[in-house]
Amino acid sequence: MIDLTVTHPIGDRIREVLPPLPAALANGALAVASLALLVTVMAILLVWLERKVCARFQARLGPTRVGPFGLLQPIADALKLLMKENLRPTATDMVAYYLAPLLPITGSFLVLTVIPFDHNLQVANPGAGVVFVIAASGLGILGTLIGGWGSNNKYALLGSMRSGAQLFSYELSMVLCMLLVVMAAGSASLREIVLSQQGTVLDWWIFKLPGAGFAAFLLFLISSTAELNRGPLDLSEAEQELTGGFHTEYAGMSFSMFFLAEFVNMFAAAALGSTFFLGGFLAPQIGVHAVDAVLSFVPGVIWFGLKSGFLIFLYMWFRWTFPRLRIDHLLALEWKFLLPVSMGNLLLGATLVTFGLLLP
Amino acid sequence: MNTPSSPSAPAPEHRLPPGFALHASGADGSQEYFLNMGPQHPSTHGVLKLVVRLDGETVVEVVPHLGFIHRAIEKMGESETYVQYLHLTDRMDYLSSHINNLGVCMAIEKAMGIGVPERGEYIRVMVSELQRIQSHLLWWGAFGMDLGAVTAFLYGFKEREKITALFEDLCGARLTMNYFRPGGSNADVPENFIPRVLEIVEEMKFTLDEFNALLSANPITISRTQGVGALSRERAISYGCSGPVARASGVNFDVRRHAPYSIYDRFEFDVPLGQNGDCYDRYRVRMEEMRQSVRILEQAAASFPEGPHRAKEKPVYKLPAGSYFSSVETARGMFGTYIVSDGGLKPYRIKSRSPNLSNLAPIAEMAAGGKIADLVAILSTLDIIVPDIDR
Repeated sequence: MIDLTVTHPIGDRIREVLPPLPAALANGALAVASLALLVTVMAILLVWLERKVCARFQARLGPTRVGPFGLLQPIADALKLLMKENLRPTATDMVAYYLAPLLPITGSFLVLTVIPFDHNLQVANPGAGVVFVIAASGLGILGTLIGGWGSNNKYALLGSMRSGAQLFSYELSMVLCMLLVVMAAGSASLREIVLSQQGTVLDWWIFKLPGAGFAAFLLFLISSTAELNRGPLDLSEAEQELTGGFHTEYAGMSFSMFFLAEFVNMFAAAALGSTFFLGGFLAPQIGVHAVDAVLSFVPGVIWFGLKSGFLIFLYMWFRWTFPRLRIDHLLALEWKFLLPVSMGNLLLGATLVTFGLLLP
Repeated sequence: MNTPSSPSAPAPEHRLPPGFALHASGADGSQEYFLNMGPQHPSTHGVLKLVVRLDGETVVEVVPHLGFIHRAIEKMGESETYVQYLHLTDRMDYLSSHINNLGVCMAIEKAMGIGVPERGEYIRVMVSELQRIQSHLLWWGAFGMDLGAVTAFLYGFKEREKITALFEDLCGARLTMNYFRPGGSNADVPENFIPRVLEIVEEMKFTLDEFNALLSANPITISRTQGVGALSRERAISYGCSGPVARASGVNFDVRRHAPYSIYDRFEFDVPLGQNGDCYDRYRVRMEEMRQSVRILEQAAASFPEGPHRAKEKPVYKLPAGSYFSSVETARGMFGTYIVSDGGLKPYRIKSRSPNLSNLAPIAEMAAGGKIADLVAILSTLDIIVPDIDR
């Protein structure tokens, strides 16, 4: 039996008071509730951020009317979507049509369960956390595939077939980048991976593996953008070509589930990126004692948020700058460039780890 | 493609006309299907419907269906006086409304022998060139958006707004101008016209560099456009293409240069030409045309004369019986106006030769064999204005 328990003051207290089974149930319920809260807040915050960042890139102001700085705009949007009729075209496959919007958000929710947000802030800490992350993120692909198929619309079908081809391909190089870090850290537990980066900034895997770490980080950024279905790699949506792709036929709440999943997914990917390459919840120590003391006084969850926020900003930057790739160019980029490069990079990383050629 | 209402070739019931039918699925391994792009689709820019025959994502055949915004403008022209007809031409190619007006005015002037004062001619040239820049700026934004770079759309509109604001001060309208009149223009330019034009000219030089930095040199843009939708010189001529579409294919034809009207022969400007006729060349040609328009504006602003803006207005414009033709270079190509007059107050027949129909024609040839995304890029670089096709 693998011990998934994470020590946390509240969890420990419940375990002391209650017998094992009720304690596990109570802790589980608490964890799910807090994650649900996190997901909701994150989705709202990220929708607002996206609208603001996009507006600034486009020389606009973005939402300003609803609440201070337009902060309540996402809530107004959500209310609008809630009040819309949940329209289902008659020719759709009902089970597939209603099942599909639930899968992507479930996938990203599951990914968040194993992310260490702080020293003791993690729902579960499985030894094979990385494998779990990869498996759970696959659910999202299933959602777009089923949704596109069940919609019985040619645009939706094209979009979902594109996303199938795209997500399966890009998952490979993303996994290879993760594998490099797993190999270097010597553990597939996300918590262990973070703890293996203790020390200064130079001990983060992005810098510690000379060259290979940074290359893996870049490859991870590109392939996770593709996994997230965000521009310039948002081929399964491709508004200008496919009028919305896999979610063409969705309206109201079932559309907003896809919409929310995109943002929660983005947060999950950014969280993974900062966990693997940027030292997760660790403070960025620079080796000067006085500064480091101040930096480590800041709670880890804030550092985690800042690092993830930086990555999220990068994703938004990509999206609002580049034109979209064409589907054959996209697949050629993966199979002819990113995959060989990430394999070579893995080999380079393995060599570095084997011969101990890490930064001191 | 024939519609059932066309009596010349009635399609047999439940059968598509020859040349536009699906191959039997599986016979040659193909599994083709139809996709209706439009009339409500984000990148058909208006109410154009493209019926696309697809094999997977590969386009096999494209058939444009027209007529969704047909308003019978030419027929309406027969029941209006010549000056009244001007505002209808605004509603054809609404991004070249000044230049369309100019075409009709020139035909009337030719018929009645009306001259245009010096200042009026300068106003015509400058406003036409501003319109060309304005139209190309909107095209640039829409092109970026069609490729998925939504930010470009906003940048294009931001710059376009300056010219639109100038037009608003000029004639009160922002889109359907109705400014030119036989013998000159409706009103004189506002006092600060020249300083504002110079300001726009200076900003445009910076803007074009910025645009190049944002989109032109981007490897994704280049891979999406280079070699996509190539149109050879011969095919461009045989389809009757004009404007940037034809020039990108290497057809050296620009009405401003080869049949100069107004006072275009006084200004120095180059006619940018492409070689391959692909989307990338059409893109480059339009970008360069904006620079050339800036050159013309600079020269015209430097020698802008004083004097009347319009020849003495006539109480009625009655064209002597006969037929008259004029052609101008709009932002999209050659716009011809053919008027047949029976000597009355209203034209007997008025016909427009709009550039967009001929420019859309080669789309089937250009898009076949490409991907859906290529079709969008091609449609975008053809820069179609659908109301100009349907009229």
